[in-house]
Amino acid sequence: MAGLAQAPQIAADSATFDLSRQALRDLNQFLHTGLGGVKKVKVLNPDGAHNIAVGVDAPIDIEVDGHAGYYAGGMNKLARILIRGNAGPGLAEGMTSGTVHVKGFASVSAGAAAHGGLLVVEGDTSLRCGISMKGIDIVVGGSVGDFSAFMAQAGRLVICGNAGDALGDSLYEAVIYVRGKVKSLGADAGEEPMKEADYAAVADLLGRAGLRHDPKQFRRIASKRELYHWNADANQEY
Amino acid sequence: MCGIVGLLVKKPELREQLGELMLPMLIGMTERGPDSAGMAVFTAPVADDRRKLSLYSGTGTFDWTAFENAARATLGAETILNVQANHGVLETAAPVAGARQWIRAEFPGLHVLSAGQYIDLYKDIGAPAEVADRYDFRQLKGSHLVGHTRMATESAVTPDRAHPFTAGEDWCLVHNGSLSNPYQIRRKLEPLGIEFETDNDTEAACRYFEWRMREGDNLEAAIRSGFEELDGFYTFLMGTRDELALVRDAFACKPAIIAETDDYVAISSEFRSLAKLPDIKNAKIFEPVPEEIYVWRA
Repeated sequence: MAGLAQAPQIAADSATFDLSRQALRDLNQFLHTGLGGVKKVKVLNPDGAHNIAVGVDAPIDIEVDGHAGYYAGGMNKLARILIRGNAGPGLAEGMTSGTVHVKGFASVSAGAAAHGGLLVVEGDTSLRCGISMKGIDIVVGGSVGDFSAFMAQAGRLVICGNAGDALGDSLYEAVIYVRGKVKSLGADAGEEPMKEADYAAVADLLGRAGLRHDPKQFRRIASKRELYHWNADANQEY
Repeated sequence: MCGIVGLLVKKPELREQLGELMLPMLIGMTERGPDSAGMAVFTAPVADDRRKLSLYSGTGTFDWTAFENAARATLGAETILNVQANHGVLETAAPVAGARQWIRAEFPGLHVLSAGQYIDLYKDIGAPAEVADRYDFRQLKGSHLVGHTRMATESAVTPDRAHPFTAGEDWCLVHNGSLSNPYQIRRKLEPLGIEFETDNDTEAACRYFEWRMREGDNLEAAIRSGFEELDGFYTFLMGTRDELALVRDAFACKPAIIAETDDYVAISSEFRSLAKLPDIKNAKIFEPVPEEIYVWRA
């Protein structure tokens, strides 16, 4: 990555950054303070760089043409971020609104602690997808790794493939919809019957994610709420 | 934090370019490990009755010529020494144990980094690019290699605490993570006569696996027993004379990514260190899952 600050190529309402020649910091500063009338930003040669398009606060389209490293789209607000590749750990961490859409797979902690918006990963995610999610909707086209939705507080996690161990451990009020097999449920996570509102929610989320599955194939996992209150008789066995 | 890199070339003609292909991978992991770097390369083997020992002379000046003369006199006239800065590779028909003992007695400042028919090993403190330059990593040739960039967390920044670690012959290990029971492992191995050279946690894992294999485990069985015995976080990358092996702990806290083409298997902590590899756009890229043992054969 060149250390020299170089202006992006701007044409009409779009701009292009080539991270093989331009510094990541210049990209992010442009996204934060230099947009002007630009509505579309294209990022070339991301090559696994960290922190691509973090902290954006504008209703623009950002397209990343390749693989992103840690924390891509973190703290996103309003922007629609498309990653044409894979994403590293901490994808869309702390997002509040907007969308982050990954065509490939995502590493650990995708959507962690995020308050809102929509995260779509067309491939698999690694462990801890949606850990401590606080209102985000996450749709995973593939499977999720162990400990996904650990301590998830609010929002919905739709898993089109399978889930690993300890799915939804210590869940609060987030809801998980899973289509494939669950290796094991975590403490206090339980399967509940799907209602019409659940089918509608899954259909809506799949539609927004551009994934085609029959909502009837999904099952609902939610908190059994047995951990909400201290149970002296539980003998530390949950 | 640390960075790991591994590269195995599938076509014999690519063995000439092994170092050149690897160099951007190692330098790409500088931010994960700026304080030390190391590289084990598995080369064409020396004859069956000969062994190579990689030696490190420390930061002071060392009279390699005097050492070479003494080695020839003691270990045999056929002994050969190749020196690269403060590293030397000694090739000899003398038994490894005897050579180690002689070096320790006569040249106590000289540190034996590795021994075997295939392995050469270089490790030192400094930024990865500096270390690579010092030992001319670009010129490395062989079938596969195991490299590391270190950001020390649990023991001092010294050349002998840099990775890779070795034990026995033609075996090495690098580690991203930290073990919480290295002293428990030491207390288990030391009464068996296994000696430790540093207080580094990774050395405990390295000697543990090598001990298991010496006891008859194959590599996979040794790693499986490590799931029970080694406590902590790890992505381990290991090299034997004809294999690269990768394993992550059950929680996969430490990253790893693999890119495979018809020409190579490349392993790194992060994709950014693989981004410069040829044909990377068409490589099969995947993240290894926890507690699964990945082995590639050279």
